[in-house]
Amino acid sequence: MTPPRRERRLPGADVGDPERLYVITGGPDGAKRASLDLVTMIVAREAPSPTVPPEQAAILRLCGAPLSVAELSAYLSLPFSVVTALLTDLLTLDLVESRAPVARASLPDRSLLEAVMHGLQKL
Amino acid sequence: MDSRSSDTITGPRSEDVLPTTATSAVKVVIVGGFGVGKTTMVGSVSEIRPLTTEETMTQAGVGVDDNSGVESKTATTVAMDFGRISISDQLVLYLFGTPGQERFWFLWNGLFEGALGAVVLVDTRRLEVSFDVIGRLEERGVPFVVAVNTFPDAPSHPVEALRTALDLPDEVPMVDCDARLRASSRDVLLTLMRYLHSLALPA
Repeated sequence: MTPPRRERRLPGADVGDPERLYVITGGPDGAKRASLDLVTMIVAREAPSPTVPPEQAAILRLCGAPLSVAELSAYLSLPFSVVTALLTDLLTLDLVESRAPVARASLPDRSLLEAVMHGLQKL
Repeated sequence: MDSRSSDTITGPRSEDVLPTTATSAVKVVIVGGFGVGKTTMVGSVSEIRPLTTEETMTQAGVGVDDNSGVESKTATTVAMDFGRISISDQLVLYLFGTPGQERFWFLWNGLFEGALGAVVLVDTRRLEVSFDVIGRLEERGVPFVVAVNTFPDAPSHPVEALRTALDLPDEVPMVDCDARLRASSRDVLLTLMRYLHSLALPA
């Protein structure tokens, strides 16, 4: 039995990504949102004070230990884009710190890959 | 008595809390069609119960329908399941299972950007679903391996026939797996890491 066969995509056939229809800006003047990845790790710098709005206070409570933006989104049941906007405020106020993910550079880092392999072998 | 203050939000279970030393994270994306076993694979290797993150867009944003003159807008929610593996006290690996329909990928700001690589999970009963996924990954330059999830009633094709069908270059690893089994899913991830390692230039 012969399986179906993939056809190569033609270059330029890509119609591009559609625009999102809503944008949540970080401030009244449309200040830029912080550049956050799904796996940027967030840690609270302090406990929430009474002046912190409830959503942000919830983030501060959750981030006593490091937590990824994706996990925050899951626990808060809020879309990733909304969590990103909330985090931008908290970062501006210095209430949380973010730890950028280790990105795949153009050339992957062998020692990083070896560390991951070592960790997986322990599973 | 009954406190109504903000405890509707449930955070991680105490055993799921990361150590404060967890300073860096890496991600791998598991991509494939609906029902191919992405969530099963994430769940079988994850140290936490898989979580779900969602993103919402209006239907018009999908670029499918012309909604002009239509009074009500419908919102589409796209969910993505993910899991986590602590590699060391410092390093955490996140696994994201994402649907094969590429039109949703843009929702996840940089999902593939910075990802170490991807696993394309394939069901031989619906091989065509993977074609578009593989094409997209090739275009984006995301290194990937192909894992064939073995379903009992799936047609069994020789590996070389599958490789030809998927038009995969010889160097791209292809493995059989059972996404339900932790060891099998872990081996798929190890195959990806070894492949990435082979792509890296000697230091």
